[in-house]
Amino acid sequence: MSTVKLTVNGKAVSVDVEDRTLLVHLLRDHLNLTGTHVGCDTSQCGACVVHIDGRAVKSCTILAGQADGASVTTIEGLAKGDELHPMQAAFRDNHGLQCGYCTPGMIMSAVDIVQRHGGQLDEATVRHELEGNICRCTGYHNIVKAVLDAAGRMKVAQAAE
Amino acid sequence: MGVEGIGASVVRKEDKRFITGKGRYVDDVKLPGMTYAHFIRSPHAHAKVKGIDASAALKLPGVVAVLNGKQIVDDKVGNLICGWAITSKDGSPMKMGAWPAMAPETVRFVGQAVAVVIAESKNLARDAAEAVVVDYEELPAVANVTEAIKAGAPQLHPEAPGNQIYDWVIGDENAVNDAFSKAANVVKLDVTNNRLAPNPMEPRSAVADYNEAEEHFTLYTTSQNPHVARLVLSAFYNIAPEHKLRVIAPDVGGGFGSKIYIYPEEMVALWASKKVGRPVKWTGDRTEAFLTDAHGRDHVTHAEMAFDANNKILGFRVKTYANFGAYMSLFSSAVPTYLYATLLSGQYDVPAIHAEVIAVYTNTTPVDAYRGAGRPEASYLIERMMETAARQLKVDPAALRKTNFITQFPHQTPVIMAYDIGDFNASLDAAMKAIDYAGFAGRKAQAKAQGKLRGIGVSCYIEACGIAPSKAVGSLGAGVGLWESAEVRVNPVGTIEVLTGSHSHGQGHETVFAQLISDRLGIPISQVSIVHGDTDKVQFGMGTYGSRSAAVGLTAILKAVEKVESKAKKIAAHALEASEADIVIENGEFKVTGTDKAIALPMVALAAYTAHNLPDGMEPGLKESAFYDPSNFTFPAGAYICELEVDPGTGKTSFVNFVAADDFGRLINPMIVEGQVHGGLAQGIGQALLEHAVYDANGQPITASFMDYTMPRADDLPSFKLSHTTTLCPGNPLGIKGCGEAGAIGASAAVINAITDAIGKNNLEMPATPDRVWRTIHAA
Repeated sequence: MSTVKLTVNGKAVSVDVEDRTLLVHLLRDHLNLTGTHVGCDTSQCGACVVHIDGRAVKSCTILAGQADGASVTTIEGLAKGDELHPMQAAFRDNHGLQCGYCTPGMIMSAVDIVQRHGGQLDEATVRHELEGNICRCTGYHNIVKAVLDAAGRMKVAQAAE
Repeated sequence: MGVEGIGASVVRKEDKRFITGKGRYVDDVKLPGMTYAHFIRSPHAHAKVKGIDASAALKLPGVVAVLNGKQIVDDKVGNLICGWAITSKDGSPMKMGAWPAMAPETVRFVGQAVAVVIAESKNLARDAAEAVVVDYEELPAVANVTEAIKAGAPQLHPEAPGNQIYDWVIGDENAVNDAFSKAANVVKLDVTNNRLAPNPMEPRSAVADYNEAEEHFTLYTTSQNPHVARLVLSAFYNIAPEHKLRVIAPDVGGGFGSKIYIYPEEMVALWASKKVGRPVKWTGDRTEAFLTDAHGRDHVTHAEMAFDANNKILGFRVKTYANFGAYMSLFSSAVPTYLYATLLSGQYDVPAIHAEVIAVYTNTTPVDAYRGAGRPEASYLIERMMETAARQLKVDPAALRKTNFITQFPHQTPVIMAYDIGDFNASLDAAMKAIDYAGFAGRKAQAKAQGKLRGIGVSCYIEACGIAPSKAVGSLGAGVGLWESAEVRVNPVGTIEVLTGSHSHGQGHETVFAQLISDRLGIPISQVSIVHGDTDKVQFGMGTYGSRSAAVGLTAILKAVEKVESKAKKIAAHALEASEADIVIENGEFKVTGTDKAIALPMVALAAYTAHNLPDGMEPGLKESAFYDPSNFTFPAGAYICELEVDPGTGKTSFVNFVAADDFGRLINPMIVEGQVHGGLAQGIGQALLEHAVYDANGQPITASFMDYTMPRADDLPSFKLSHTTTLCPGNPLGIKGCGEAGAIGASAAVINAITDAIGKNNLEMPATPDRVWRTIHAA
């Protein structure tokens, strides 16, 4: 057992976990942040993507202990209170989700994609960048639309800040 | 229609919880004192279980119990069943081998459970499972139908000699023989429809909780049809009587058919919860999903089509071998028979059809309905046949289709189905226009100049949805009726709850169903709640599959809301001192027509519940229920055209354009309908290009993770161009046909027709991987 101290969605937490515990299980089982999902066992599907110190990471690829001292943002921490993140709003407005299971990981990856590309995105880039997130419901058509829409919204939001 | 009524692309009410991480799926459920199950599964495709030694595991910390197949049989938990009886051509019933929830003696596919560890945590259960020693005696195994039907093949079940479950026929064999004897041309085609793994993104999960004092079970489960699950668990598996079993299917992360069935894991979780006296949770991992979720497709077919000198179809002869896997899953028997062979007329006027379907056991994961279920196999066969015929007869593929389209409705096919309405020329014309079919030759020449092989492929599908008229399916062997139920409750403040037996696992029912209420009663969808997925709340229902929820489920809601309106009008008329016949509903108000006298819905509702001043003899309250049983299947149809390029150097396919023109009848929410089509197309294209559940000759699965089984990803797919041509379904009052499966049914043939057009060779099996395409291009 080890004590892992980290900041999750802006709150400092300290959790005693078995050394073999993956970050995704710390989030889901110990902190009850069940928005982060597990969809495979091979780090292929991306349902578990969270942000660690601002970067998108599959939380099933990292031991909880490796995240010691880090700042983690999960889907539950993305909105500012009642105000949805532009990516969340774009997924809703463009019908970028159906069953919702891949959605948290999709949104967390998509925010990172837009941030890395500085809002300069086209369809081919978005499709290429989403390669690590699998969706079985949408055929990606509306997810791609949502990400491109959100890229525009995030640019506007950034300009306003 | 109103801003939120029928026909409005309203954004989904349910989305907020999913985009903020507040969805509640089964694996999110935690109960006090909960234990965790881990199954011990066979690594062999076929073996005798000689012994299970759990003594070391039971000494490990945190282990609560290790339970095995012998115990579950001894406790009289029923064997799994197949609920649709099929009769062979010789009159004998289908031959079903016994399928206990955990194998007491013999395992017949890799992944079949033999025992389960119950422990204090997931990790401890997994650790203990490693310490359980199972002694197997390996037996010879067989994985594909061609081998399984040979004399001397390994035999799976004593009940099914020769591994044959049934040999079923449909149609008039003499009429077909006669047609072929008169044919000017005969076109032959052999087709394999590749086995697929459904792979909803949420793995299956079950949380079972037995309350000893009440002798009552609660099961949280990833189900598309919780009431059917309760019925089967109760009536056939002897878990508990129905009133002592509550089944809850909360947010479910996709199904595509694979979550229709009641699997061994749910049965074991319930049984184990009673055994250990504590709640038991099991959540499958992805490899368990590949090993145990019912697979789809897996047909081998030989087909021949006879044409006259004017290229009109005279007859169609089909022989299909269907791989059932090691056991008969819940609806497996219906898939290659009544959901497949009854659609073999396609969109065409085919005077004579004869089909023979031979169902075969193999040492593989059981096969059952997967998105489309039989209809994709039929559509793929017909549309590959039409393309092959066009090439052989040297006519334009679209023109050959038009020559043979059914244009008069209703149309009785030779294989049971009576198509009620459609306009196949309209959808094909729309698709041809959208893709500029006429300009293709120029584009092909241009691509050739750049070293690329360009192809175009048409697919005109039809399917039977809105499953199904209970009397009709009953006469065909179904063990259940396939109606739907609904209850509409108007609260005293005028808000509304709708209870439905349909189940949403991504389809957006909470929005679509509320739109109907908004349309009828003029209230915003925010004032309507849709309640589903809990057998304690909703009395009964048949669930969601076969594109039935709008055509059947929503019609049941309509029937209930009509009853509510009728009573509400009486109350309004009484309050307004007017005649009931003069009351109209507009914008949430009950008005006396031609006057300014009106009473708002909340006041009507309040009057119904205060009951101070109701018409004489009227019961208080405003709540009505309805059961709706459709009179016929519905027949969504459409045309898909795919244009693509193949790189002859690598065999890689790149999409240029993909257009769809669908006729789904009335659309309630076009945005959601289009989302359904996108997803279906992705699964159809996935089958055509990427997906294949592969077994080696000994029955070892070699695609049991996302590392090996190629799921379509964003960069494998194009954006789609969709359009709609509409003929309203005459079979239900809303004119709805259903849209959930069309994409998966129609897309595969369009892709393969396009690739074979591009490379100039007709013989290409799915999935058309770059390797396979390259070999086909360069084959002698």
